[in-house]
Amino acid sequence: MNSEPGHAAASDEEVGSTSLQSYLIGLGLAILLTLASFGAAVMHVVWAPSLPVLLAALAIAQMGVHLVFFLHVSSAPDSTNTVLALAFGIFIVGLIVFGSMLIMANLNANMMPMDQLIQMQR
Amino acid sequence: MNASAAAAAPGASGREDIPISERGPASIRTVVSFGFWLFLVSDIIIFSALFAAYAVLSLQTAGGPSGAQLFDLRHVFAETSCLLISSFTCGLCMLAVARRRRTMTYQWATVTFLLGLSFIALELSEFARMIASGATPARSAFLSAFFTLVGTHGIHVTVGLCWLIVMMAQVATLGFRPMVARRMLCFSLFWHALDLVWIGVFTIVYLGARL
Repeated sequence: MNSEPGHAAASDEEVGSTSLQSYLIGLGLAILLTLASFGAAVMHVVWAPSLPVLLAALAIAQMGVHLVFFLHVSSAPDSTNTVLALAFGIFIVGLIVFGSMLIMANLNANMMPMDQLIQMQR
Repeated sequence: MNASAAAAAPGASGREDIPISERGPASIRTVVSFGFWLFLVSDIIIFSALFAAYAVLSLQTAGGPSGAQLFDLRHVFAETSCLLISSFTCGLCMLAVARRRRTMTYQWATVTFLLGLSFIALELSEFARMIASGATPARSAFLSAFFTLVGTHGIHVTVGLCWLIVMMAQVATLGFRPMVARRMLCFSLFWHALDLVWIGVFTIVYLGARL
């Protein structure tokens, strides 16, 4: 009970420490990365086959910037659980996205061509 | 237990010396933001299913218009800027809440709201233009997946705008009590997470259509 006011004060200081500087750095980096990905897609300065990899790298970098500077995910002990939940979320997202694409591509490749399928149904 | 809590109170550095099992419960703020974080992760998993559907169906245009013909990147860039800057002003609003500055809170919340509203307006005008040109959700599997994915994101932003209005009403009536500050924290997490999802949308849907 005695520790309640102390707790409140500590959490207030925590709030104050997420500074304007962090948001400004985050905004700057995010603007740079957004311009880079739009620029890479519109102007044909990058070798075309490497473009998907570049766009993916820029998107992942920007998500990282948002997580660190806007969502304040850090290595601090308070956010250990947050990081674990995030890692689990990324794992599930990877399973769903790449699993679906793999399975559907496989089914698509093994499917009988449509004209043969229609002939069989006659 | 009380003794360890009292020992932990003087400085944050003292807290590090106590084993994690003996530190006592985390602050309410930490617990609330963790619970909301779990919701956000599950929300992102919903989006991942929609992204997977889009990735599988994006080439199945059934003779209809393809993404490269439909999307106007200048329009998308304007939407992206609105959402990114609104994410930043939402952060400034949170700083104002942390410092208990009422005018600054309203000011940055208004800017955030207007930017979010212009994002929705831009998105609706894009949808209206597409539907007027015959590219309705029923036209092809690609367009069904597109409208589901981008529409779900748009609904989230709309819900976020309603939530922001409710939060400003709470600041006006209840003031900056800890409960309201925690709800504002959850709102800001939600808003930043929507921007995070939008990075995936503009990269995979709009820029990916030009590959």
